[in-house]
Amino acid sequence: MDVSMLQRTYSDLLTSLFREGILNQQFTELQQLQDENNPGFVFEVVSLFFEDSGRLINELISNFNQQAVDYKKIDAYVHQLKGSSASIGAEKIRSVCQTFREYYDKNDIQGCYNCIQPLNQEFVTFKSKLEALFTLEQQIVAAGGSIPMMRH
Amino acid sequence: MGSGDCELHVLAVDDSSVDRAVIARILRNSKYRVTAVDSAERALEVLEMEPNVNMIITDYCMPEMNGYELLRRVKGSRDLREIPVVIMSSEYIPNRITRCMEEGAEDFLIKPVRQSDVSRLCGRLRN
Repeated sequence: MDVSMLQRTYSDLLTSLFREGILNQQFTELQQLQDENNPGFVFEVVSLFFEDSGRLINELISNFNQQAVDYKKIDAYVHQLKGSSASIGAEKIRSVCQTFREYYDKNDIQGCYNCIQPLNQEFVTFKSKLEALFTLEQQIVAAGGSIPMMRH
Repeated sequence: MGSGDCELHVLAVDDSSVDRAVIARILRNSKYRVTAVDSAERALEVLEMEPNVNMIITDYCMPEMNGYELLRRVKGSRDLREIPVVIMSSEYIPNRITRCMEEGAEDFLIKPVRQSDVSRLCGRLRN
């Protein structure tokens, strides 16, 4: 595929991720921390996030399926997930975590429960979009092109 | 030495692998040498073995020993008390901030931490 087409697809995808609120400014901060000495930084951090949050979400789901739900433990998991999603700019995930914690603070169990499915869904969406973004980056670099810089 | 360079050794403490990677990158971009550990307990081990730590930057919320406890241990130790300790937290809780500053914290940063937060710190510590 033509490099400029790849670059356009990349820019369009990245722009849409910000427009849809899947990513926020913190992601741009991470991109700015990346340079020619550390070209894989964003990929590394996001990969750590995939591992970490995948595990946390599985724990959340299995904890909710138990006879006696340990809400304190669940809140601790969500707190962790909220922190790491904020650190990489995963805005929608962060936002659902925020909503969960608001329900938790009000002892609204049903409200808490209703957040789990959306949380999983946002994670799945986030993962697939970011994987597509990284794949495009690899293709652009392999074709000898450079990654377009975004302007906000 | 170029302008803005701090050739100092920072010990970064955070139980989150994501946050550890981010803070380490930010610090290295500011030319600090970084040792990153995942617990306060591990941090104390490093401090015992490694005499040349110029700053500690630690998360507040960690399982087992938290950042406040680490701060107290450092400030309560004759060997370690001169080392500036910066606390990071994702939650803005004024009481928490006050307690840490009263215990001798150098600064309190709200997460997510950005390059600009650390550059400001570096500028102050060099003077």
